[in-house]
Amino acid sequence: MTTLFVNARLADPTSGSFANEDVLVDDGRVAARGTSARTHAAAARAETIDLAGAILAPGLVDVHVHLREPGQGDKETIATGTRAAAAGGFTSVACMPNTAPVLDEPARIAWVLERARKVGAARVHPVAAITLGLQGERLTDLAALVEAGAVAFTDDGRPVSRAGLMRHALAYAKDLGVPVITHAEDLDLRGDGVMNEGAVSARLGLAGMPAASETIAVQRDLELAALTGARLHVAHLSTAGSAQALRAAKARGLDVSGETAPHYLALTEDAVGSYDTNAKMNPPLRAAEDRDAIAQALVDGTIEIVATDHAPHTPFEKQGEFAAAPFGVVGLETALSVCWTHLVAAGRMDALALLRAMTTAPRALLGLPDPLVLGAEADLVAFDPEATWVVDPVRFSSKGRNTPFAGHTLSARVLGTWMAGVRTYDALEQVRT
Amino acid sequence: MSPVLTETHAVPSPIPPGSPEPGPARRDLLDLETLPKADLVRLLEGAAAFRRVLATPSRKKAVLTGTAVANVFFESSTRTRVSFEWAAKRVGADSVSFVSAGSSVSKGESLLDTVWTLESMGVDLVVVRHESAGVPLFLARRVSAHVINAGDGCHEHPTQGLLDARTLLDHKGSLAGLKIAIVGDVAHSRVARSALWAFTRLGAHVTLCGPTALLPVDASALGDRAAGGSVRTAARLEDAVEGADAVMALRLQTERMERANLPSVADYARRYRLTRKRLAGAAKDVLVLHPGPMNRGVEIASHVADSPKSLIREQVANGVAVRMAVLCWCRGLDPVEAAS
Repeated sequence: MTTLFVNARLADPTSGSFANEDVLVDDGRVAARGTSARTHAAAARAETIDLAGAILAPGLVDVHVHLREPGQGDKETIATGTRAAAAGGFTSVACMPNTAPVLDEPARIAWVLERARKVGAARVHPVAAITLGLQGERLTDLAALVEAGAVAFTDDGRPVSRAGLMRHALAYAKDLGVPVITHAEDLDLRGDGVMNEGAVSARLGLAGMPAASETIAVQRDLELAALTGARLHVAHLSTAGSAQALRAAKARGLDVSGETAPHYLALTEDAVGSYDTNAKMNPPLRAAEDRDAIAQALVDGTIEIVATDHAPHTPFEKQGEFAAAPFGVVGLETALSVCWTHLVAAGRMDALALLRAMTTAPRALLGLPDPLVLGAEADLVAFDPEATWVVDPVRFSSKGRNTPFAGHTLSARVLGTWMAGVRTYDALEQVRT
Repeated sequence: MSPVLTETHAVPSPIPPGSPEPGPARRDLLDLETLPKADLVRLLEGAAAFRRVLATPSRKKAVLTGTAVANVFFESSTRTRVSFEWAAKRVGADSVSFVSAGSSVSKGESLLDTVWTLESMGVDLVVVRHESAGVPLFLARRVSAHVINAGDGCHEHPTQGLLDARTLLDHKGSLAGLKIAIVGDVAHSRVARSALWAFTRLGAHVTLCGPTALLPVDASALGDRAAGGSVRTAARLEDAVEGADAVMALRLQTERMERANLPSVADYARRYRLTRKRLAGAAKDVLVLHPGPMNRGVEIASHVADSPKSLIREQVANGVAVRMAVLCWCRGLDPVEAAS
């Protein structure tokens, strides 16, 4: 199969070039770029896709996704989750191990990879548990898990509360050359909190989670990274204090990185409004100062990755008491548009810088190749930065409908997604007619 | 040229289609925070009028004949439930009570199932108490019956707030400019939250007082400052009581000790128990309120609870009248006219 993309503004966040450039994809790989694309021998048999000035970029990569399989197929499956990824412009996702059973054995990592090969509309990179059953007590067989295909370790959804155990996990992962992703949270300080602690929680009478319950744990794990020299990645940063801690750790030269999610960049605790369970996640939406500090940290490069923490739940689970509803929101199908709207279109962040945070930086964390290099597998996304759309969860490919952005008008619309040159999502006609 | 996308379909709502929206179109009493001042005042006037009805030989005004009221209590409560049952009888409505302690989650029944049960029974008014904040609003968005909040978690207890305001008005005539202290576990008190909205909307200056571990972390969003009222916090009882026209003591929940908000009940009592001595700095004619049931000797000394300053019995009596007014108002009646 051969495809010639014409009239594209090719965004190459790794090299920094952002110009009109044709791209020829032959047999799944980038065969030519620029003026040589149309004159290349393979161009004659290519299907031509006229992007009419839209942006063509490397396929997006999400390092933090809950695909819910095995065991929680009522929330999401590898098939639906990767279709949602493709619809959002993603070609690679790293899936979290808090499934049922937990991804703490090599056979389960192998099962996820096999399942993804069969039904996946995106590449799936499993992240294995740090501790058996996410219990925070005993380390998993880290080496065997890496051999089976695990790309990193995390107990995401809960922290490794014992600092000594976390130290050993970091040291071990360092030997294996894979990063540890920390869900940084002090559970004792969080208590029974269900939203950010502050003026809104006081008004609604809901138990609060103080920002310090995240910041303290981030600081602890950064110190452990210093102690071990290991590669630490801090998941879903949401507080001003966390951003500052990461900035200081980088100034010390530690091998650490961080991610934040689109909802922390776009929303505050006010979105909980009148007990909206679709604005309930952990960490919670914070105060405006936190949102602004997190956005600033992304802009200045302290936080280098945008990840969704896509966490689908059934409508039944989310329809009920706010305190009892599970934490988590979906994000794959809105991530690019939310960030584009609130950062790029708002004039706060350069387009290439945002794309770096959604392509180059997450690829570096997972050790994935750059898809715009000649001969590389052509993982691509095309999107129209000018097109606006209204978020309607009923139209999601994900089984999850739990988004805080329902009804929001966003700019930037994904037109198509290609994994190794094969189309995994197609909205070209839909968007143009 | 860039392709342009136009979406014409309706903005989706997390609420199921066809659901009634709470708001001006329907009358629910979910909280006092969003109750407009005009309605607040009318409900309080209606309560006074119903207080007079309760003093007549028939003690009744059958203005809601045929109205079906369901008291749905997911948390055990005797006082509030009985008060609502009395109120329904006194306005001629038919009421039934469900008491089902424990969360719906722990019982494996969802709130949505509860909604369907209520809908199927053709209830006109639902009085709901639940351990989880926000449940009355959840129901109001999904049932056709009007919803009255009888206490939701640590959020609000609006009929309690109304009866507190009514009781103070009976003695003071107006709350504008009054200094009122609310003392105790304010952070976890729905009584305090409703009272402070009512008091400040009527122009009072409220001081929330208690150990810092039991005060709201951020009180800046509490109270109607636009109406001339104000809210501040104080950790020292003496500061809160100084010059106060009224002091409300809240019930101390012993579970707070288990969660380490406090070292012990005795420690709390030593610092915050309302005694005659501690009320010395208050206004001479200071009034004392307590939502009940009291822990005598803990948050309030018996000699204060039983003193002439104490309005605790009047609060209970006003509770029935306030709830009669609320039942009528939720059914679209003017509470003052309904009582006359």
